Amino acid sequence: MATEIGNRLWRFHGGLKLRNYKVMSTDHAVLHGLPIPEQLILPISQHMGIPARPVVEPGDKVLKGQVVAIGDGFVSASVHAPSSGTVTAIAKRLVPSAAGGTMGISIVLETDGEDKWIQRDGIRNFETLAPDEIRARVSNAGIVGLGGAVFPSHIKLMRDIHQTVETVILNGVECEPYISCDEMLMRERAVPVVTGGRMMRHALEAKRCIIAIEDHMELAGRVLRGVVAEIGDDRVSVVDVPTIYPQGGERQLIETLTGQQVPSGGLPVQIGVVCHNVATAAAVQDAITDGIPLISRYVTVTGPGVKNPSNVEALIGTPLSQLIEACGGYTGDVPMLILGGPMMGYAMSTDDLPVIKATNCVLALVSEDVRETQKEMPCIGCMECVNVCPADLLPQTLFLHAKERQLEQARSYGIFDCIECGCCAYVCPSHIPLVDYYRVTKNRIWKIDEQRQKAEHARRRHEFRERRRQRQETARTDHLRERERALDTKDPQDAIAEAVKRSRQHRARRHRKDKD
Amino acid sequence: MATFELKGAPYIPAPTRVQGVMLQVLLALVPGVMAHIWFFGWGIVVQISIAIVFALTFEATMLHLRGKDVRLYLTDLSAVVTAVLFCLCVPQLMPWWVTATGMFFAIVVAKHLYGGLGYNLFNPAMVGWMVVLIAFPRDLTAWLPPLELAEYHFTLFESATIIFTGNIPGELVWDDITQATPLDTLKIQTALAMTIAEIHEDAIFGDFGGLGWEWIANWYAVGGLFLLYRRIISWHIPVAFFGAVMLVDLPFYLMDPDGYLGPLQQVFTGSVVLGAFFIATDPVTASSTPRGRLVYAAGIGVITLIIRRWGAYPDGVGFAVLLMNMAVPLIDYYTRPTIYGHSR
Repeated sequence: MATEIGNRLWRFHGGLKLRNYKVMSTDHAVLHGLPIPEQLILPISQHMGIPARPVVEPGDKVLKGQVVAIGDGFVSASVHAPSSGTVTAIAKRLVPSAAGGTMGISIVLETDGEDKWIQRDGIRNFETLAPDEIRARVSNAGIVGLGGAVFPSHIKLMRDIHQTVETVILNGVECEPYISCDEMLMRERAVPVVTGGRMMRHALEAKRCIIAIEDHMELAGRVLRGVVAEIGDDRVSVVDVPTIYPQGGERQLIETLTGQQVPSGGLPVQIGVVCHNVATAAAVQDAITDGIPLISRYVTVTGPGVKNPSNVEALIGTPLSQLIEACGGYTGDVPMLILGGPMMGYAMSTDDLPVIKATNCVLALVSEDVRETQKEMPCIGCMECVNVCPADLLPQTLFLHAKERQLEQARSYGIFDCIECGCCAYVCPSHIPLVDYYRVTKNRIWKIDEQRQKAEHARRRHEFRERRRQRQETARTDHLRERERALDTKDPQDAIAEAVKRSRQHRARRHRKDKD
Repeated sequence: MATFELKGAPYIPAPTRVQGVMLQVLLALVPGVMAHIWFFGWGIVVQISIAIVFALTFEATMLHLRGKDVRLYLTDLSAVVTAVLFCLCVPQLMPWWVTATGMFFAIVVAKHLYGGLGYNLFNPAMVGWMVVLIAFPRDLTAWLPPLELAEYHFTLFESATIIFTGNIPGELVWDDITQATPLDTLKIQTALAMTIAEIHEDAIFGDFGGLGWEWIANWYAVGGLFLLYRRIISWHIPVAFFGAVMLVDLPFYLMDPDGYLGPLQQVFTGSVVLGAFFIATDPVTASSTPRGRLVYAAGIGVITLIIRRWGAYPDGVGFAVLLMNMAVPLIDYYTRPTIYGHSR
């Protein structure tokens, strides 16, 4: 890898230039200090991996920042109380999901309005901490990737003895149209972002930390560069990357910055890179310097369906409806509400859902945005999807295999290299919901693989049982043969006498039993 | 509590639709058609009208029979594009029933019997053209000369009369009003061992191609550049097609300038320009990988030259397209791009 990463940029294949719609929510400051909701809903599964284990009971009083569910599983993250109050239930509640809202086990917290903190433990000089100590604190703070993947961050701060991390990339490339929470965070909290980046670099003992932002984020860039200069850490640099969707995709950003591609099915660390979101970096700083766990995040509340689009700092567990209210409410008829951006987000069935760690944007659309101009038509092979695919796939070929359920072909045409960015579906003149097809196909393949594994498992078990049965059978016949041989060698008269004696004993036993 | 609709991403209105793509292809053909009228008279207008009527009738019937949404697919304009492209490949005053037959084979056989829009293996317009060329060779060679060389100029009404009744006004016969095309002339004369330079003395040749045809080709190119600019087509097919024609022709031309057309003349005579921008670029029947499109179009270029030089027909673009259509699945298989993260 060239030492001077950031001096030269590469270009990933395809991508789109989209209208960014971000100014809608960036022309005024982030709204802080929203009223504390009376009730907070805290799903125990807000991250990738095993759900956290509740450690409170209904009726327990908790303080702000107290652990309510602990992430002690293999890949997991703890959940903390965003405010003080009483746990009223641990039960299923409607929580955000790809399906538009599904029931998920949640800790329901009735707030008391006092917002009383638990004892906190912050460290001023992080450089005195051992890398393991930083990782432990990040883990304790329940920090997950805030760019949307919500992968537990402490795992991505682990050093592998086989692979050295050269570069930590802080991803501030918010390529989805409409979303601006990271841009606003970098403008308003540049010091925590830079410091968090330095902490991560320290934890991974990496050579450098690059903060990547889109080239149109002038203000954020200026502020970040000012902070970096002030701190005087020459291992940290800020790099502008072109505004091309999906530049913020981890694999695309890595290619842009290093010219290298992450191996298929592999991880960035294999080429010496670890990528974290800028908001994750700020959360790491908060956790280490101030002992603040992940209990709030910036959320962009925007779209033509919202009166005053803006960014808000929201406690985890706040109902989406309250965020909309804080931004002036709906403008009128809002047919669709999206969590995430318009390219990769998910439509929600209701706004009665809590903000979770993954919630970066609430997008309210009006009917002009969702109007169908044409029904789904057959693929005409125009190749626009091939031209824009950042994974260098053949989306149209993949679609044909997906549609015909030719799963092995779909696999061999790289369906698992699809990052579901939606570029292909966006440009398709036939308006084919390509990403939906790919998701369904991936699920089908997973299911079949699982079945195959199960079948394999069952086969092994069956074989094992067969072998055991055979072993027992041989043992039994061996035994019989032995008995036979024993009889042969005995005098027949003795054998008869023995049998008569045995029979008498048996009868006597039965007689006694009858009398009882 | 408000409730909302559920639908998969993306949630930004799509920038294009099939109808829009087809409409732009039609728009891009307007300059070429206008030039055609300018140089050859009104016949093409009548021909296009007939073809469109038959194309849409066949399309609607087939859609109805196949239980498809007639309105949705009829308005996608793909049948209209097929009709216009077909007419640009046939003689101006061809009888109406030949056009109807061509449209039958294009729309019913090549398109719908193969599964309709998006599923056809062969370019429908070229299938229609090939069938009528083989079935009605005489009608398919009755080309008008450019107006500049023609003794008789027909009005729109006269053109229609000829097409519908076969009666030529003023007691004329077909031989009076038709003439060999530049490539016909070339084929016949080279067989008579004349040099290219001598053949080019013929008034039917212009500055760099056939008289009139060269300018129509230029206007096709203008339309093609519009399609490139609008990203309806990519550069791969035109570049590979022109490149193959010129590069393969060049050594032959340099070795024997009397026996072979020069690279530029190869491009501007016959239907290479139309083919490169409008026919080989038919998305459905072309290769579906970027490198595959290069191979596909280069193949068309080479086969065109082979047919022109050694085949029985004066021009070979249509046959070349159909032959390469057959090779598409194979080309696609061997030209898959390297997926991100797989070793190159």
